[in-house]
Amino acid sequence: MTNLKEIQRSLLVSLWFMFLTFPIMVIRVNPLEKVVIWRWYNMLYVGIGSFLLSFVWRYFIRQKELGKKKNETDGQKSFSLSRRAVDDPRAYIPLLSAVACFTIAFPFIFSMYQTNIMITVLIYVMLGLGLNIVVGLAGLLDLGYVAFYAVGAYTYALLNFHYGLGFWTVLPIGAALGALFGILLGFPVLRLRGDYLAIVTLGFGEIIRLILENWNEFSQGPSGIANISKPGFFGIHLSLQNSTIYIYFIMVGLTLFTILVVNRLQNSRIGRAWIALREDEVACQAMGIDKRKTKLTAFALGATWAGMAGVVFAAKTTFINPASFTILESIVILCIVVLGGMGSITGVIAGALVLILLPEYLRAFSEYRLLIFGTMLVIMMVFRPGGIIENVRRTYEFELKEGKELKNED
Amino acid sequence: MLKIVGLNSYYGNIHVLKDVNIDISEGEIITLIGANGAGKTTTLMSISGLVPPRSGEIYFEGKPIQGMVPDKIVSLGICQVPEGRRIFPYLTVTENLDMGAFLRKDKRVVKNDMEHIFDLFPLLAERRRQAGGTLSGGEQQMLAISRALMARPRLLFLDEPSLGLAPLVIKQIFEIITKINKESNTTIFLVEQNANLALKTAHRGYVMENGRITLSDSAENLFSNEAVKKAYLGL
Ligand SMILES: Nc1ncnc2c1ncn2[C@@H]1O[C@H](COP(=O)(O)OP(=O)(O)OP(=O)(O)O)[C@@H](O)[C@H]1O
Ligand SMILES: [Mg+2]
Repeated sequence: MTNLKEIQRSLLVSLWFMFLTFPIMVIRVNPLEKVVIWRWYNMLYVGIGSFLLSFVWRYFIRQKELGKKKNETDGQKSFSLSRRAVDDPRAYIPLLSAVACFTIAFPFIFSMYQTNIMITVLIYVMLGLGLNIVVGLAGLLDLGYVAFYAVGAYTYALLNFHYGLGFWTVLPIGAALGALFGILLGFPVLRLRGDYLAIVTLGFGEIIRLILENWNEFSQGPSGIANISKPGFFGIHLSLQNSTIYIYFIMVGLTLFTILVVNRLQNSRIGRAWIALREDEVACQAMGIDKRKTKLTAFALGATWAGMAGVVFAAKTTFINPASFTILESIVILCIVVLGGMGSITGVIAGALVLILLPEYLRAFSEYRLLIFGTMLVIMMVFRPGGIIENVRRTYEFELKEGKELKNED
Repeated sequence: MLKIVGLNSYYGNIHVLKDVNIDISEGEIITLIGANGAGKTTTLMSISGLVPPRSGEIYFEGKPIQGMVPDKIVSLGICQVPEGRRIFPYLTVTENLDMGAFLRKDKRVVKNDMEHIFDLFPLLAERRRQAGGTLSGGEQQMLAISRALMARPRLLFLDEPSLGLAPLVIKQIFEIITKINKESNTTIFLVEQNANLALKTAHRGYVMENGRITLSDSAENLFSNEAVKKAYLGL
């Protein structure tokens, strides 16, 4: 009987859609010949299409709900394949080696174009992991994160342009300046939470971009800075292809470094303080956690990675201008974190792969690209609100660790 | 142990605490009772630095602590169980307890303390790996008290531990409070609406009205005081 009801509802939806799209899909006015063409067949397509879509949509929603109920009655969680792959050592060791081999072989198998895309993905992984500290762990919604990315990029561009400093010298400087700007943003927003924080950080991001765009003497304004040197390789001149491969491996190394550090941070004292701060500020303070220090370190450590990623970005493209650092970038990075799974490292990596590769490979659909992209985001968030790979630390990994400890004690 | 002299606290320009004087000696259970909005929570918040007082002096073991940041005050040995429990909902019971020991460096002793807590609250031991937010109200209150105990405070503030609990659970909680006070000689400052139980548990008590301390006496005397009986005991 539920089926009949479902069909009824889907019918209603399709009728509604037919009505809504009637003016654009059916009526076509030809102003030259002053005639109206009625394309009724279009209405049929819209009707059937929306009916099927709505039906399938409802079906999946129902499945999802059923699954949830089953989990609750079973009293234990069933783990999806992706989750098992992350948690079970038997599954992840071969998987990890496969990923490692693939990563190393990648630039030699695929074209330079593909390698360049992969570098971009890795840059976004790094940005995502950095923002994950601020948003995922400390729970501070930062919409101006791209500002730190810009700081890193301009640090390299300007120091290289004026003083001829090399990539490796500037990398730590970029990181340090990123952190400094993180603290600079952190101070005024210490007391803010939620929406207010989001608005102020958004403003901060725009301020940095507007400064770069308008302060011509400093940053050469909208025309940007060109001819930035690629990273040096012991003074040897690299061909374009080799230097791309070189940057690829630099980025692989940096990403690994980021993963290592973020992983350590997550399980450290300060990591726990961030998580606690996200959950309850007053309780945190009552437990003796320094709210100011904890928040500032979250901003600073989050921004550090953006600073570094910015330096690599400038070295990779050899040309930067303020247009690369718009609010849209911040949103994309935030999407990577949320879509991937807040607080989860593997999630962020998956998120970056999906969000950067998808638009790249959707280029074939040209004008429908953003439509498909947006639809997929919506579908993702409805069916997996926790992200592609949910953060498993609290529910599963922790139990394992505890279990082991208990056994040892026995 | 704790001496408060002429404390005045404000929220913006609302004058909440007016010349509050409180004296707590080591090993005592002191209770502060008063109507809703009297300023009890604010008193605790002012002492622990979360609402910095505008004037007055607070001495902990002879040293002035007013104007110190909250984490410094906790590190001196003053810890509070905030009103409404405020446990970390997504952290497990063990992790919640771990947060209580945030400032402590002696990891091994912390582990022992945790086992001790689980002896004190067997209910929590069964639920070690359960997320704090999924505990029942009574269990959450036990967790909140345990979490504060993990800091090994010498002075423990409890803000309305009976809030929203069944009479039987309240009784249990108050028994545990007495036990903590006796066994580890922890001084306890208890803020309560449930004046009946609070006065039975405490040694001395203060009555607060509109931000002023209006009465202070031994618990028995307050219990038999006509005004207190009428206003807070409903007799
Ligand atoms: N953050 C705040 N901002 C402004 N006013 C506040 C704030 N917190 C409390 N107040 C006011 O201060 C007064 C005292 O509040 P307080 O929380 O200390 O009362 P209380 O004695 O703990 O009451 P209850 O028994 O209901 O918890 C109240 O009038 C309250 O409205
Ligand atoms: Mg109160």
